[in-house]
Amino acid sequence: MTDTPSTSGKAPGLLVAPASSDPHLFVLLLRHRSIFWGGVLLAFMVIVAVLGPLFTVDPIALNPLNRLKVPSGDNWFGTDYLGRDTFARVIYGARISLVVGLAVSLFAVSLGLIIGMVSGYIRVLDAVVMRVMDGLMSIPGILLAIALISLSGATLMTVVIAIAIPELPRVVRLVRSVVLSVREEPYVEAAIASGTNLPLILIRHILPNTIAPLIVLATYICGSAMLTESILGFIGAGIPPEIPSWGNIMSEGRTYFQLSPWIIFYPGIALAVTVLAVNVVGDGLRDTLDPRIARKM
Amino acid sequence: MGRENMNASAHPVLTVRGLTVRLPDDADRDFAVEDVSFDVGPGEIVCVVGESGSGKSVTAHTVMGLIPRKDLTPVAGEILLQGDELLTKSETELRRLRGERMAMIFQEPMTALNPVMKVGEQIAEMLEIHSPMNAQARNQRVLEVMKDVSLPEPEQLFHSFPHQLSGGQRQRIMIAMALALEPGLLIADEPTTALDVTTQAQILELIKDIQRRHGTGVMFITHDFGVVAEIADRVIVMQHGKVVEQGTAGEVIGKPQHPYTKMLMASVPSLTPPVREPVDRERPALSARNLNKTYGSGGWFKRGREVHAAQNVELVVHRGETLGVVGESGSGKSTVARCIVRLIDPTDGEIMIAGNNIAGLGEKALRPYRRDVQIVFQDPYRSLNPRRTVGQSIVEGPMNFGLSKDDALARARDLMNVVGLSPDALERFPHQFSGGQRQRICIARALAMEPKVLIADEAVSALDVSVQAQVLELLDDVRKRFDLAMLFITHDLRVAAQVCDRIMVMQRGQVVEQGPTAQVYASPSHDYTKSLLAAAPGRHTTFGAESAVG
Amino acid sequence: MTGYIFKRILATVPVMGVVALFVFLMLRLSPGDPAAVIAGDYATAEDIARIREQLGLNEPIFVQFFTWIGSLAQGDLGISIFTNLPVTTLIAQRLEPTISLTITTLLFTIIVAVPLGTLAAWKSGSLVDRFVMLFSVGGFSIPVFVLGYILIYFLSMELRWLPVQGYKSIFDGVGPFFRHIALPTMTLSVIFIALVSRMTRASVMEVLQEDYIRTARAKGQSEFKVLLRHALRNAAVPIVTVIGLGIALLIGGVVVTESVYNIPGLGRLVLDAVLKRDYPIIQGLILLFSFVYILINLLIDLSYCFFDPRIRY
Repeated sequence: MTDTPSTSGKAPGLLVAPASSDPHLFVLLLRHRSIFWGGVLLAFMVIVAVLGPLFTVDPIALNPLNRLKVPSGDNWFGTDYLGRDTFARVIYGARISLVVGLAVSLFAVSLGLIIGMVSGYIRVLDAVVMRVMDGLMSIPGILLAIALISLSGATLMTVVIAIAIPELPRVVRLVRSVVLSVREEPYVEAAIASGTNLPLILIRHILPNTIAPLIVLATYICGSAMLTESILGFIGAGIPPEIPSWGNIMSEGRTYFQLSPWIIFYPGIALAVTVLAVNVVGDGLRDTLDPRIARKM
Repeated sequence: MGRENMNASAHPVLTVRGLTVRLPDDADRDFAVEDVSFDVGPGEIVCVVGESGSGKSVTAHTVMGLIPRKDLTPVAGEILLQGDELLTKSETELRRLRGERMAMIFQEPMTALNPVMKVGEQIAEMLEIHSPMNAQARNQRVLEVMKDVSLPEPEQLFHSFPHQLSGGQRQRIMIAMALALEPGLLIADEPTTALDVTTQAQILELIKDIQRRHGTGVMFITHDFGVVAEIADRVIVMQHGKVVEQGTAGEVIGKPQHPYTKMLMASVPSLTPPVREPVDRERPALSARNLNKTYGSGGWFKRGREVHAAQNVELVVHRGETLGVVGESGSGKSTVARCIVRLIDPTDGEIMIAGNNIAGLGEKALRPYRRDVQIVFQDPYRSLNPRRTVGQSIVEGPMNFGLSKDDALARARDLMNVVGLSPDALERFPHQFSGGQRQRICIARALAMEPKVLIADEAVSALDVSVQAQVLELLDDVRKRFDLAMLFITHDLRVAAQVCDRIMVMQRGQVVEQGPTAQVYASPSHDYTKSLLAAAPGRHTTFGAESAVG
Repeated sequence: MTGYIFKRILATVPVMGVVALFVFLMLRLSPGDPAAVIAGDYATAEDIARIREQLGLNEPIFVQFFTWIGSLAQGDLGISIFTNLPVTTLIAQRLEPTISLTITTLLFTIIVAVPLGTLAAWKSGSLVDRFVMLFSVGGFSIPVFVLGYILIYFLSMELRWLPVQGYKSIFDGVGPFFRHIALPTMTLSVIFIALVSRMTRASVMEVLQEDYIRTARAKGQSEFKVLLRHALRNAAVPIVTVIGLGIALLIGGVVVTESVYNIPGLGRLVLDAVLKRDYPIIQGLILLFSFVYILINLLIDLSYCFFDPRIRY
């Protein structure tokens, strides 16, 4: 053959090899600077959350004589208005944040994937589903979460669900847009013409196209879920104060802010750093997996 | 290398000497263009031809100073515009020259015009940048140049947006814009490739006319030898970034010297249909009766906005026969193909396959007939799932119909030989293949279903001319070998002439003429067919030793 | 054109309907007895009965729905459980500070984010670009209230440049108004600037790849005018769209910002309602905010006509 593999002339070298066919994808991802450093930071936070509580003092042990102490050798992050050790509480809080982030993104992505696939392929359902999603999207997420929690009581599970539901429309819209564009691809039409049935078309030809953008979206949802959880905690609608979470530690620190600002600053910094790590990984994944999906989210 | 004609004119508008442009490190070759030299004289049309990746576009953009210097760096040579060296000019100096002394028009007039700006203002912008005219004088001049490029009712068109114009009108706006300041050099980068053949003929006529009247030197980039024959004074042939041959149009087209040029000329399909073996007309494989497809009916707000994409289409294709469906964009030829493959549902009519009407069948009832009709699409880069190996793509269909994986793979291996690829291609992914190879794979995928009817929907349109010739040969070969009925959809009259037994001409959803290929080409009966044939570029030219395809 | 406008307006009706239905069903379908949850842990049986009566939970569900929709149509958002005042009255009292804060934030965001994003797109890969990307990923990562407290700590407590908390109406003087609203505006803007600058960068970058940008350069147009006249105008639709979608983010931020800065606006009303389990207020505010969001996005949809002549019907 006289023609060499090229990209139909227009822009040489711009055609990116499809991600999933590359056996060294994982290596490729780790080589990306922001994925690497974000990943390291995130791994550190996970280790702290899992193992940290083994080495700290009891985060709910009261010590009224030791109230509102400034950070010192004994209490690295100082103590709160009940004399509890803020460092221990922040370490415990990491668990809640990470669990909420992970659970929300898993829940929202898996449910959204199913709804989006079905609605993208079944026309009758599509109109209804999309109107419901439009409606859901126009309710400010935090208010929706607040309302859901105030009606069902605040537990870890209700908090996760209440944060996940407002995130659903983003996932559904993304999946649906991928389905709608991929189903027009000639290779899908060729599969239809060769008698492949609908479920197989969805699983074999369409589902794989949703994975890369969904992984990216999942990291963003994870980050924003951790923020929402802290806001809920902060305004007193989140996980009850018996279980320390970064949000409710800061909520309790509000009254004493002018006296002891570190009660807010330390968990705040911990939260910001964790979310930053997640978002940086998300940006890196987006750049690596598919630069074109940047606009859709 | 045919440089006898270098001193065609005493004072060339453009002189390129030893131009070499480096590609980024990760590219598949070192230089985008290497040691390229040529001249464009005043009032002369110089065609730069080559297949994709030949570096013809990079050359044009380098002259204009429109290449991203980060990625493409000119490392040697000189470019003289009316005697001024361009490569050493600063960005500001270049900006002053662009538009005023050299102007450029592009392939896709829709995307080359700003969609949110009135076309008159876009022409006026050219004057605003380079001349001290006031607004009134500018508008006056804009109307003048709009008249000059034969745009109807310039006063009204001035206030139109690009999407309100036809493709030809948009390209005229681009040309008017380029000519507003009477530049010495006009660079045209595939300016007619995106246009229908009749519009193309008009635009080519316009460019010739302008070059004659204004004495503009034109550097015309194209891949289409028909266009070259139509317009060129001199021709420069490029391959892999190098000039392999240059000379007058007559010399290069009629007596090519370089083997590459010879091969290209031999690949250009002739407009004269070859004599074909007679077809047994007793074995119809596919027929359509009164086929209709109407879009846009229904919906609350769209009353009266119906589009008849296909209207009362009648056709028969016999086994071993190729029926060509030709027409310009929007003629409904692809709609017919997609209805027959049942990728879309026809609004009305019959589609008979093996004696059964499949037009109204539901997906379940349709399934047994799916294997009888297979299709090969235009875009080789989107026709294969990038995530699946070639083998997986080919066995998918046969396995849907109960063939075991081993049997399907065995069949796939045989077919790889048929389409001229090695069987180990089955384990590789589509991105490891070139466009032409992918199109072969798509043909193999279709054949794996053992169809009775094969539809080629612009299947060779995206390919370079040399590859196109090979794929056409393959299609003709498999038609004979598997006794296929072939429906060959194309906009290219040259291609259709070579592979079709009969031709069906479509216009605005309707079949306007149908008949044996030789007869339709020799004595077209319908006016539209006549105008199509009259517009085919290079129809009076013979390319090298006349093509042997088909 | 009028067809498009009419169609867009009509399209908001089902969305508003979905919101109303959602809010209605949320209370009725929640697990357990919502009246008991709202009444709280120390409520007596009478309290619960009173709340159930007040929320109309004793009627059949269809009757409830139509009564509810009927009163909603008359602008009646119900009665607050705790204060016994109509929710609309409570909202009216708190409207002004929230509107002021939202407008200052929107203006500040657009003034900062659009030029920043455009610059980053134009000089992509440069220092400015990296700064914008860093700022935006940071903006998405820091919780609004933490940022608020950091700003208070440095600008108010340490440097004493601005008042720590509180709100002054613009009718009490422009100077005090801006001194008080400056910090809340900055706090609330950060995430919004992150969002808008990022989208501006992405869409301007995409537009800069377009053929008509090449045409403009081929004409010899200066880079500044290429950006302003050709790029930005074509990138406008995604930018205003994201501003509209970002309103949801803004509303969430308002709740938190107002509580950090002690601003007596709608956000504080939400917070108080949460603490007192005053569900009618939460419900009323959800409806209000959602409808405002839908209306703003309707206006933005309609503005497409202005930005893009291709949109017709």
